[in-house]
Amino acid sequence: MAGVPDALAVEDLRKRYGANEALKGVDLTVGEGELVGLLGPNGAGKSTLVKIACGLVQQTSGSAAVAGAPAGSLPANRSLGYLAELFRFPDWLAADELLQLHQKLVESRGGAAERRELLELVGLGEVPDRRVGQMSKGMQQRLGIAQAMLGEPKLLMLDEPTSALDPAGRRTVRELLETLRSRGVAVLLNSHLLSEVELVCDRVVMIARGEVVAAGAPEELSRAGGVEVTTGRGVRHFAQATREELPRIVRELVAEGEDVYEIRVLRSSLEDVYLELVGGR
Amino acid sequence: MRGAGIVAGVALRESVRRRVFVVVALLTVAFLGLYGLGVWRVSREVTEFGDFQSGVDGDVVAGATLLGLSMFATLFLGAILAVFLTLNAVRGDAERGLLQPLIVRPLGRGTFLLGRFAATAGVCVTYTVFVFLASVVITNLFIDWWPDRLFVPAFQMAVAVAVLAALALGGSVLLSSTANGIAIFMLFGAGLTAGLLGQIGEALSSETLQDVSQVTSWILPFEAHYQNALSQITADTFGFSRFAIDLGPFGGAQEFGWFLWPFTALYLGAIAFGALAAFRRRDL
Ligand SMILES: Nc1ncnc2c1ncn2[C@@H]1O[C@H](COP(=O)(O)OP(=O)(O)OP(=O)(O)O)[C@@H](O)[C@H]1O
Ligand SMILES: [Mg+2]
Repeated sequence: MAGVPDALAVEDLRKRYGANEALKGVDLTVGEGELVGLLGPNGAGKSTLVKIACGLVQQTSGSAAVAGAPAGSLPANRSLGYLAELFRFPDWLAADELLQLHQKLVESRGGAAERRELLELVGLGEVPDRRVGQMSKGMQQRLGIAQAMLGEPKLLMLDEPTSALDPAGRRTVRELLETLRSRGVAVLLNSHLLSEVELVCDRVVMIARGEVVAAGAPEELSRAGGVEVTTGRGVRHFAQATREELPRIVRELVAEGEDVYEIRVLRSSLEDVYLELVGGR
Repeated sequence: MRGAGIVAGVALRESVRRRVFVVVALLTVAFLGLYGLGVWRVSREVTEFGDFQSGVDGDVVAGATLLGLSMFATLFLGAILAVFLTLNAVRGDAERGLLQPLIVRPLGRGTFLLGRFAATAGVCVTYTVFVFLASVVITNLFIDWWPDRLFVPAFQMAVAVAVLAALALGGSVLLSSTANGIAIFMLFGAGLTAGLLGQIGEALSSETLQDVSQVTSWILPFEAHYQNALSQITADTFGFSRFAIDLGPFGGAQEFGWFLWPFTALYLGAIAFGALAAFRRRDL
């Protein structure tokens, strides 16, 4: 992998809006073809981070690079696809026309075939001529996802791309993300849907109040629930214990003369970890 | 350049789809119709007028004054077009979330501004020149008079609206839609008022009024170009006819000399520089 720059490399990134410090030194990388979920409560700084990576917002200090190029530069923007959390497309453009416009802007050579394929992928294959102004919110979001995927970007940044989608749409997006990963596209996904993130992401980064509070694979993060043993004297909780330590714990308890009735390995869900780390706010 | 072309194309296509041009065309036809009617009515009275005042050519005075009126209206229409086409180009569209999907494309903010300016200035310049030339022809249909200069005033009217378009686009970086629209129309009003003050100053031989007018016209050079255009249409008219025109509402326009041209280029450059610097610093 040497020589291939990370799809996204963020170092000690800080952003101040007046007196409000939205990012307080964030480090984050998204490797080539990696699917990273960015989690955090409202106002944590997730969108700010993504906007800096897209060059929409200027950082106060620190660096952000997309495929090795400084965020906001033309080569960086050439390598990325982006869907904002609050976006609008011109209501007078038809779905196909919008994609055509963005194809021109990214200099995509995909032509009509690419547009057709993407509209199919997001479930708008039937309505290429429908104008944006006549689409439902979820349809616009689907179109936004298709728009972000034009021109085969190396890095896709999706800021809450499924907030308006129906359950089927969410699953479509999940499948889409998996397809993209298999094609080597890196994805940074902002979402409040923990189950969604848990299902598809290789890695999860949690930020709260502008700082990274946890990072790792979903199963790593959601481990460490400890072990609960029901004995004749009641339920005993071994908070730090793991599955591997179970035989030893049982041996010791039996040696102490306890009757063991039930053993449970506790696995806190990503949600528990999240609520614990960000303080349930 | 390619990017600017795409941005300009989208802006123009939007105007077409939103029927901006249809509305403008209909209103322009109505305006030119009314103007023609006015010229025709005046032309029937000019004959008598010429008989009374020896030494004054009624056709020249009536033609120049009416065309001056039309130029005033044309500049106003051009200003409306310039303002409404750029009103929300940056901040307004950013607030609505329309701008961001475009700006994250490999385009560059300068290219975006250039594209928007090209589209607006192209439309406004074409429109202004067309209405001016149409007014000239309509005037001549009923009154036996041609302006002393044709292309220079047409060009200066065009530059005047281009300056207004640049101001409106630059304003859209700093101000939200409504505030920008109000600001540009206020500047427009200030410019026109300054011009009128200068004309009043000329009639009253007031140095102070003329100075105020001069300085304001340099600060708002669309007014200087408009004044120049007005004075150009009677550039070769002298004697009593000149005197009569100068007493009218569109006479006595000031001239600003050759330095206005490099000054305008610098002025547009400064707007471009300021707008781009502000745009680059703006978080979207
Ligand atoms: N344009 C802005 N001007 C001033 N402050 C801003 C601006 N945008 C965001 N902020 C502030 O920056 C902080 C982070 O906001 P951000 O939008 O990045 O949060 P987020 O994690 O995306 O939240 P959400 O989950 O609600 O989308 C918040 O305190 C917010 O008030
Ligand atoms: Mg957000």
